Amino acid sequence: MATLTDLTIAGLRDGLRARKFSAVEVADAYIGAMAKNRHLNAFIVETPDLAREQAKVADARLAKGEGRDLEGVPLGIKDLFCTKGVQTTAGSNILKGFVPPYESTVTANLFAAGATMLGKLNLDEFAMGSANITSAFGHVKNPWTRKDGKDLVPGGSSGGSAAAVAARIVAGATGTDTGGSIRQPASFVGIAGLKPTYGRCSRWGIVAFASSLDQAGPMARDVRDTAILLKAMAGHDPKDSTSVPRPVPDYEKALTGDVKGLRFGIPKEYRVDGMPAEIEKLWQQGIEWLKAAGAIPVEISLPHTKYALPTYYIIAPAEASSNLARYDGVRYGLRVPGNSLDEMYENTRAQGFGAEVRRRILIGTYVLSAGYYDAYYLKAQKVRTLIFNDFREAWKQCDVVLTPTAPSAAFAIGDKQDDPIAMYLNDVFTVPVNLAGLPGLSVPAGLSADGLPLGLQLIGKPFDEETLLRVGGVVETAANFTARPGV
Amino acid sequence: MSLDQATVARIAVLARIKLPEAEREKMAKELSGILDWVEMLKDLDTSKVEAMTSTVEMVLPQRADKVTDGGYPAAVLTNATEPVRISQTDDSSGGFFTVPKVVE
Repeated sequence: MATLTDLTIAGLRDGLRARKFSAVEVADAYIGAMAKNRHLNAFIVETPDLAREQAKVADARLAKGEGRDLEGVPLGIKDLFCTKGVQTTAGSNILKGFVPPYESTVTANLFAAGATMLGKLNLDEFAMGSANITSAFGHVKNPWTRKDGKDLVPGGSSGGSAAAVAARIVAGATGTDTGGSIRQPASFVGIAGLKPTYGRCSRWGIVAFASSLDQAGPMARDVRDTAILLKAMAGHDPKDSTSVPRPVPDYEKALTGDVKGLRFGIPKEYRVDGMPAEIEKLWQQGIEWLKAAGAIPVEISLPHTKYALPTYYIIAPAEASSNLARYDGVRYGLRVPGNSLDEMYENTRAQGFGAEVRRRILIGTYVLSAGYYDAYYLKAQKVRTLIFNDFREAWKQCDVVLTPTAPSAAFAIGDKQDDPIAMYLNDVFTVPVNLAGLPGLSVPAGLSADGLPLGLQLIGKPFDEETLLRVGGVVETAANFTARPGV
Repeated sequence: MSLDQATVARIAVLARIKLPEAEREKMAKELSGILDWVEMLKDLDTSKVEAMTSTVEMVLPQRADKVTDGGYPAAVLTNATEPVRISQTDDSSGGFFTVPKVVE
């Protein structure tokens, strides 16, 4: 038998139900893997004792034949989800030591399905970043290595989640995606990552970044595992007024492998200037795979694509500047004394927030300030409508859209760090999906010339995660991505 | 659009983030770079476009105006930086958050 940490979530579930091994054995195998991989810095907090406790409960249920969908499956939780009694920091000094007295809805759903928790995973500070280098708890290392031996970024902001799944120190992980934070890191480490439709998963108890864009989703080794996790995470929650009261399908059943006659769109605007030839080649390969499976490619146009990133970098910082106003040193988190109340606020926020977060708060404050609101924020919200309409037109011609996930493979730690805009360009293919509120899935599809993973992205109609997963499954099977990181 | 240092200082006050004078120039440059880049949105005629309010076509739910949660001040105060009680000797005297003196 393969080692327990080599099994997928589906494999663990089936083995646990058949009592081939116990949940405690699974927990111990992962706790061992976690200890061996601390050099990746994937975790901010490890919770091995909690994982063992939960595993014992899982074993008791499994013995009685009462195992739930994720009974005894050990997960890592992005440190943006509030977890009752376990420190939650959002990767920021301003929340160091914050221990929520409540549980986020998504993690509560996962625990109610029997999942166990190995710990809280590192991320970019307040999920703002594309390389996991802005965390107050240090950068995360990509388990993959390049020929030149330089340390690589795992992507971001869900970099700890991506690294932990790829290195097999968790069976699966939660991520959040505001502009690509699930899909881009999934692409950088060779795993599957799904950003659901806005409203599919409750945002309650997740540290807010940009509320009209944020969405939680699963990150796992394959498409089937993301389907299993999404089923447990999704669902209506009265505590999030934007959560949608729709039934949750059994997503795993969508993986039929049949895409005959399905029309997939190829947006011409995604052929951006300076796109590396290997990305273009992979995209073409994806088109061939789907054609071979009986699907029909359709050339489509998303004419406002190039405006998506600048639109995002007005809307996201604006919402962030408003959301992050709550970190004032009064009720929780860091407090740095001052001679007046205002000075206490200013000192606390100057010390508590890192450089990228401060920059985004200032930009957001500016675009919302009197005299500039119409020129920037309102303008961006109008362009957002145009981007949304682009996709609505596209759905008249196709059922799903195929694109690359990111414009490059993982880059070295330190690269692109001096120029915020170069860093922002990482999300050129993922950001439009958030602006339009659509579901997006990244599937590992090939290797770069440097031997690093590359992903393909599928974009779906609102609440049509099932088609996304079905097509993703076909791409995954055709790609037969079996490469493993060196760790 | 280029931001001068005085504007950056004003934004920092609005955002309640202390920005030492020595850092203003660098921040002004970075923010101006981002604002120059988003200028491209001006190429688009949006005079007849409605601003996006929600990507999901749904009516915001309403509920009865009833208290559904609460009644645990101790849990609320667990993460308070400097929680105080009215009486330091009497645990039942209620908890509060504290701030620097605001009334002279």
